[in-house]
Amino acid sequence: MILKTALRQRLPAKLLFSLALLTVLLFGPMLNASKAHADEFSLADQCPPSFALDRDNRCRMRNLYQLYDSLQERGLGGLKTALPKHRDGFSPQQIDLGRLLFFDPVLSADKNLSCGNCHNPNLGFSDGMARSIGAKGQVNERSAPTLWNSAFLKVFFWDARANSLEEQALGPLFAEHEMANTPQQLLASLKQIEVYPALFDQAFGDSGDSLVIDNIVTALTAFQSSLISLNSPYDRYAHGDSKALNEDQLLGLNVFRSFVARCSQCHMPPLFTNQQIAVIGTPEPTGLARDIGAEKTFSSRQLKGGFKVPTLRNIALTAPYMHSGRFATLREAAEFYNKGRGHAVPEGENLLLHWHISEPNLTDTELDRLVDFMGALTDEQFMPNIPQRVPSGLLNNTTNGGLVIAAGEQP
Amino acid sequence: MNSKFRIVLIILIFAGGWILGSNQNVAPTITNSAGGASYSGGYQAPSISGDIGAVPRRPNEGQVHIVNPGDSIQAAVEIAQPGDSIQVMPGTYSETVYIDKDDIHLRGVIQTGQRATLDGLGKLNDAILYSGNNIIIENFRITQYKGNGIMGQAGNNFEIRNNVIVDTGIYGIFPQLGTNGLIEHNVVSGIEDAAIYIGMSDNIHVAYNEVFDSVAGIEIENSRHAVVEHNNAHHNTGGILAFVTPGLPIKTTEDVIIRNNFVLSNNTPNFGAPGSIVSGIPAGTGILVMAADDVIIEGNIISNNKTAGIIINDHSYASTITMDEDSDPNADRTMILDNVMLNNGYDTIPQVTALALTELHTGPIDIVHAGPSNGSCIINRHRYRAVGIGNYTECDFTNTDSIDSYLLVGGAKPRIIKPSERGEIAYLGVCTGCHSYTGRLIGPSVQVIQAMYAGNPQGLVDYINAPIKKRDNFPAMPAQNYLDAETQMAVANYILAVEN
Repeated sequence: MILKTALRQRLPAKLLFSLALLTVLLFGPMLNASKAHADEFSLADQCPPSFALDRDNRCRMRNLYQLYDSLQERGLGGLKTALPKHRDGFSPQQIDLGRLLFFDPVLSADKNLSCGNCHNPNLGFSDGMARSIGAKGQVNERSAPTLWNSAFLKVFFWDARANSLEEQALGPLFAEHEMANTPQQLLASLKQIEVYPALFDQAFGDSGDSLVIDNIVTALTAFQSSLISLNSPYDRYAHGDSKALNEDQLLGLNVFRSFVARCSQCHMPPLFTNQQIAVIGTPEPTGLARDIGAEKTFSSRQLKGGFKVPTLRNIALTAPYMHSGRFATLREAAEFYNKGRGHAVPEGENLLLHWHISEPNLTDTELDRLVDFMGALTDEQFMPNIPQRVPSGLLNNTTNGGLVIAAGEQP
Repeated sequence: MNSKFRIVLIILIFAGGWILGSNQNVAPTITNSAGGASYSGGYQAPSISGDIGAVPRRPNEGQVHIVNPGDSIQAAVEIAQPGDSIQVMPGTYSETVYIDKDDIHLRGVIQTGQRATLDGLGKLNDAILYSGNNIIIENFRITQYKGNGIMGQAGNNFEIRNNVIVDTGIYGIFPQLGTNGLIEHNVVSGIEDAAIYIGMSDNIHVAYNEVFDSVAGIEIENSRHAVVEHNNAHHNTGGILAFVTPGLPIKTTEDVIIRNNFVLSNNTPNFGAPGSIVSGIPAGTGILVMAADDVIIEGNIISNNKTAGIIINDHSYASTITMDEDSDPNADRTMILDNVMLNNGYDTIPQVTALALTELHTGPIDIVHAGPSNGSCIINRHRYRAVGIGNYTECDFTNTDSIDSYLLVGGAKPRIIKPSERGEIAYLGVCTGCHSYTGRLIGPSVQVIQAMYAGNPQGLVDYINAPIKKRDNFPAMPAQNYLDAETQMAVANYILAVEN
C-alpha cells in the first residue's frame, strides 16, 4: 500500500482526479446501483492505437519493431530486433466488448471483483500487492503480473501452465481463490443483464446464442492483446535517438546488457523476457514454504522453484517484485542478484539454479544505474479508456483496487 | 572390489580380448578421403567461396576518426556516422565501448608490435559491445575486464579479427543472436568460460584462431551453419565444443563442420564458475558434441587429451543443465571423417571407463559416444580406439571439400519494408498515442494536421524533426528525429492521406 501511495504521489493530477471521482461515487450511490440501458453501450468500430483495421474488420498490430528482423524469427536480440510473434486479428467490437467485460465485477461469483482489480491499469495492470486478494478475501499464492504486451507471450502464469490468453482467462474466472465463479453462474449473470446478449451478438455475429464461455474468453483475449507498450525512452533509443536515454540510464543499459550482470540474457530485448523458465532461488516471504513453481507444470524436479522470466517493460509500475512480491523495490530486486549464487536458498534445499545466477559483484552505483535503466522501460501512451460504467451497473466496491474510482474516460 | 566381481571382470576382459582379436582378423574397410564424394548436406543457400568476408564491402569509405591515448574511444563512436571508421592509436584505454549504430569499422592501430590496449583494470564489465549491423572490430589487445572482451547482441554481418584477448572474465569473443559473422586470427587465453563462444547465431565462420588456457576453447552453442577450421585449441579444459544448452530460447545446434584444427593437450583443470554449463566439462576433452545434430568432424589433429579425443553425448550425461521439453537431448547424425588421433583418453573419467567396459574395451580412448544417436556415420573406423559407435554406418562421403564456408553472399539482408507500410507502421506504432483521426487526444487531430500540411509532406517532416510548441493548451510534442529520413517521409505522406 505504501508503494501504491508513492506511485500516486508521482501522479498528482491523477490523484486529484481520483479523489474527485471518489467523491462523486460516494455521494452518488443511486447512479451506481441502476442497471445500464442498452443504448448506453455501443461497441467501437475502430481499432485501438497501434492497430490497423483490415478489410475483414480485423485489427492488425503495427509497431516500429516490424521494421526489423530477428534470428530464426524468435523475436530475441538487441536494439533493432523484431518482437516475438503476436496475437492480433480481433475485431474492434470484440476488443471493446473485452474491455467492458474486463472491468465488470459481474464476472466474479460475488460480483465484487473484476479482472481490473488485480490488473489495475493505474498500477501497471498489476495491483501493487505482493500476492493478490481473491473474491472472498483470500490471499493468493502469487502476485498479479502486468498485462502490458501480453500479445507477445506464449506461456502464461508464473509457472507457465497455460499456453494461450484464452486458457489463462479460464483460470482466475473459475478458481475458488480468485474470482470463484462457475461457468453456469457466469453465463446466467451475464444473460440477466439486458445489454450483454446484444453486445455479444454484435461482436460475434448475430446468432442469438453468442453469449458463451468461449466468446467471453475470446473477448478478454482481444482486449488484453490490445495493450501495447513499446514507446518508452528505451524504445526511442533503440530506434536511433541517441539522446533518448539520460546518462544514468545509458550507464544502466550497459550494466544491464553486460556479461557481468547478465540481466539481458533472460530479460532479453525487445520484449525484455526470453519466455523461458528460470530457477533463481529468491527467498519466499517469511513463514511461507518454497513455491515449487514450474516443477508442477512440467513434472520435473529440475524445475523446482522455477518461474517464467517476466517482462521488464513497465516494471517500475508494478512493485513489489518476484512471484510472491518478496522485494518491495527494484533496488532490492536488483540487489538479490548481486548477493551471490544461492545465498537465499536454505541449507539442505537442493535447487538447480540457473547458470546465469552468479556473483557479479556490482557496485552500489551500478545497482542504482540498473534501477535508472529499468525506469526507462515505462510507457503508458496507449492506455485504454477505462469505462466509467459497465453493463452490469456494478461499480467496483472492493477496497483493494480502487480501480473505477481512480480512472475515467479521457476528458 | 570384491573377489567374485573381480573374477567376473577378468573373464569379461579376457572374452573381450578374444572378441577384439577376432575383429582384428577381418580386413578393415579402408576409405581414401583424398578422393570420393564430398558432403552434399548442409546449408544450401549460395555461400561465399574464395576471399571470404562477412561485412559487405563499402562502395565509398566514410570519414576516419583517429583516437589517441588520453582520448575516449566512445566519444569517437558517438560522432561517427554509419560508413565511418575509427582508428585507435597504440596506448592504453580503460572504458567500455558500445556501438549502437550500423556500419562502423573499429580498428586498433598496431605500430611496431604496440597495440591499442583496452584495460578493464579488473573493474569494468565488458570491453566492446555492439548491437549494430556491419561491424568490424580488429587489432585490439583486451585485458582485465570482468565480463566479455567483445560481445555482439543481435548485430548481423560482423568481422572480429586479429585481436589479442588475455585474462578477461567470462567470454573472450561472444557474438550472440547474430547472422553471418567471421571470427579469425584472434589469440584468446585465460578465459573462465569459452575463449570464443558463438551463442544462438547462424552462418558463422571461425578460423585461424589460437585459443588456450581457458575452460572451453571454441564453443558453438544453439547455433546453426557454422564452420570451425584451422584453429589451434590447446591447453584448455575442453578444446572445441558443439552444444545444445537447454533452457535457452533458441533450441537447436545443427550443421557444424569442425575441420583441420589442432586440438592438443586440453587437460587444464576446470576453473569454470560453479553452476556454469562448462563447469561440467571433464578436463582432457578434445572435441565435445552434446545434443548437437549434423556435426562433421574432419581433418583435425587431436592429441594428448586425457579423457577422450572426441566425446559425443546426450543431455542425460550433463549434470549442470536444466530440463527443457522443447530441447531435443540427443546428438544425431554425427559424421566422423578422417582425423589424426594420438594418445587420447589415457586417463579418463569413471563414466567413460564404465561405458567402455560394457563393450569390453580397456585402455586409452579416442572416441566415445554416450547416449542414443540416429544416422551417425564414420569412415576408417578401424584406426580409432572407439566406444559407443557400434551403430555408426559408413559415411557415403569422405570430405567437405564442396563447402568453403556458410557465410552469406552479400551479407544478411535487412528486412525490406515498402514506404507505404513504413508510414502505416510509424503512424500506428507511435503517432496514434497522441493523435486520433477526429478530435483531440493529446495533440491535435489528424484532420487538423491534414488541413495545415495539405500537399506539403516536407513541411510535416520538418515539423516532426524539430517540433515547436504551437498551441498554449497543448503539451509540446517530442521530436521524432530518431526515425530515419525514409520513414519520416513515409509517415508524413501516410498522415496526409489517411482517411479514418
